[in-house]
Amino acid sequence: MSRDTGAEQLVGTDGGLLRFGPDQPLRLDSRAVLNGLEIAYRTYGTLNADRSNAVLVCHALTLDQHAAGENPATGKPGWWSKVIGPGLALDPAKHFIVCSNVVGGCMGTTGPSSVNLETGRVYGLTFPVITIADMVRAQAMLIDALGIETLFAVVGGSMGGMQVLQWAADYPDRVFSAICIASAPRHSAQNIAFHEVGRQAVMADPDWRGGDYASQGARPEKGLAVARMAAHITYLSEAALQRKFGRELQRDGLSWSFDADFQVESYLRHQGASFVDRFDANSYLYITRAMDYFDLAEAHGGVLANAFAKARHVRFCVLSFTSDWLYPTTESRSIVKALNAAAARVSFVEIESDKGHDAFLLDEPVMHGALQGFVDSAAQARGLR
Amino acid sequence: MTGLSMSGDGAEREDFREILRLVRPGTRVLEIGCGEGVLLDLLAREKGVDGRGMEISPEGVSACLARGLAVVQGDADRDLADYPSRAFDYAILSQTLQQVRDPRAVLSELLRIAERAIVSLPNFGHWRVRWSLLTRGRMPMTEELPEPWWSTPNIHLCTLGDFTDLCADLDVRIEACAALDHDKPARPIDPSRGIENWRAEQALFLISQPNAVRAPAAPAAAPAPASGDDLFSR
Repeated sequence: MSRDTGAEQLVGTDGGLLRFGPDQPLRLDSRAVLNGLEIAYRTYGTLNADRSNAVLVCHALTLDQHAAGENPATGKPGWWSKVIGPGLALDPAKHFIVCSNVVGGCMGTTGPSSVNLETGRVYGLTFPVITIADMVRAQAMLIDALGIETLFAVVGGSMGGMQVLQWAADYPDRVFSAICIASAPRHSAQNIAFHEVGRQAVMADPDWRGGDYASQGARPEKGLAVARMAAHITYLSEAALQRKFGRELQRDGLSWSFDADFQVESYLRHQGASFVDRFDANSYLYITRAMDYFDLAEAHGGVLANAFAKARHVRFCVLSFTSDWLYPTTESRSIVKALNAAAARVSFVEIESDKGHDAFLLDEPVMHGALQGFVDSAAQARGLR
Repeated sequence: MTGLSMSGDGAEREDFREILRLVRPGTRVLEIGCGEGVLLDLLAREKGVDGRGMEISPEGVSACLARGLAVVQGDADRDLADYPSRAFDYAILSQTLQQVRDPRAVLSELLRIAERAIVSLPNFGHWRVRWSLLTRGRMPMTEELPEPWWSTPNIHLCTLGDFTDLCADLDVRIEACAALDHDKPARPIDPSRGIENWRAEQALFLISQPNAVRAPAAPAAAPAPASGDDLFSR
């Protein structure tokens, strides 16, 4: 499947690991250069003869390349199994769906927990700071290696939505349609503030060891768990928390101690504890930093519409959720406004939901219907069957 | 949104036929309040227009997406400001002006965004409306205005005369006007004639604003204004 890009395919035909040779370094926004880049990815479906049915799915902060099918690390279904599958909006029978772990991640793509080939040691904090644009640049290298010129669609929610916007700005000629869900064109002060709380929690853990925990056989699990607990609250809504937990107790009566009396406490502790099993603390620092640095307008003279000046031909779909207070509808509206100002072709729906930011991962029939309608009509315009 | 039937693909609707007649082929059109996209679809198929829509209900927008239309969920009173000046050849507002909070501002926005606007509205000056008010002393309920006063979405009803007065006030030129009477073909009229203010059940206007002072094209992409009052520096 790989063209003469010099990239080496290590496992399987439905994904695996792609390793780029020294002739193909990843040049980062920070001006640092990553050599020997590895990208872990999965694919679903088959690339058609004229290579026109490829869909790139971009994942959010703590997710991974296992968007559908079983996640081998957790044994659970992929994080977007409600969107990718037979008869669903993204259908492996029609589309060739690609999802890769972002650069800086910890699920196989080169990140701070990888070994630096030049030193033979785990990168840790010597890993360069990365950006959303860097993630997209790495994805473009993967797409090249897979022999895909133009993506039928680039799709993503939250941080995945940021990558979608970045694709439209940086590679407009390679994008036919773009779907940006529950996202923002830049990180707000509140977004940065929450991320800083998470990072400080990680770095306050003595087992973080100045970022060098891997070589010292330690893991800053407590700090990372607290970071996850705080972040998890921002993914939900007050109404959803109230509906799910209220003031329900774990046992009869209060313990008159600091045990997890309330069900919501127990739930958050579980979220934190299970997160540290699957995620690397330094990756959490690097990826949250990439999101904080994201400001698509800034790179285009402070005018967001300019970022989309060459993307007028792209069919955009922007979706938001009423109860999402992490990336509220106003953020999506600012994207829509910029796309209108750029005379791009944009559709936008604000979906009624009380599930907060995480709604894009959950059972939301209105979102699934909108996605299906948009994708099907774009497929028709693209001449897909 | 009022009494016109919504059956079929819309091709038989008289107001739609009249709009199709007025819109030049291959132009750029924004329809505000496009519902499920029936008219936009017709315009794309029959006139080859590059159509965009704005619709307040998420269900309507979803239906439009499934038709392959580019439609944004939005509110005419609030979101027209997001469009750059002169981005369209036509802005269409069908049976909606009487439902917005600020019809005068919306009308001005339509003619900022587009070269021409096509606006249709129910005529509160129609003889049946007048007769109903005169004899019953209650807010009229007719086929065009089927809802009681306390639940009608029509919060800014006007007569044909009122609308032509507003156009004059805004320096808006009425290029064409047609009376739309129930189930009858559209009838070109001179809206300034008092008799039409008695006879037309609904009217459809093609308007423009030739003398308006224009801002330079597409200034809408300005960066978000910096906050003037800095909460934290006090």
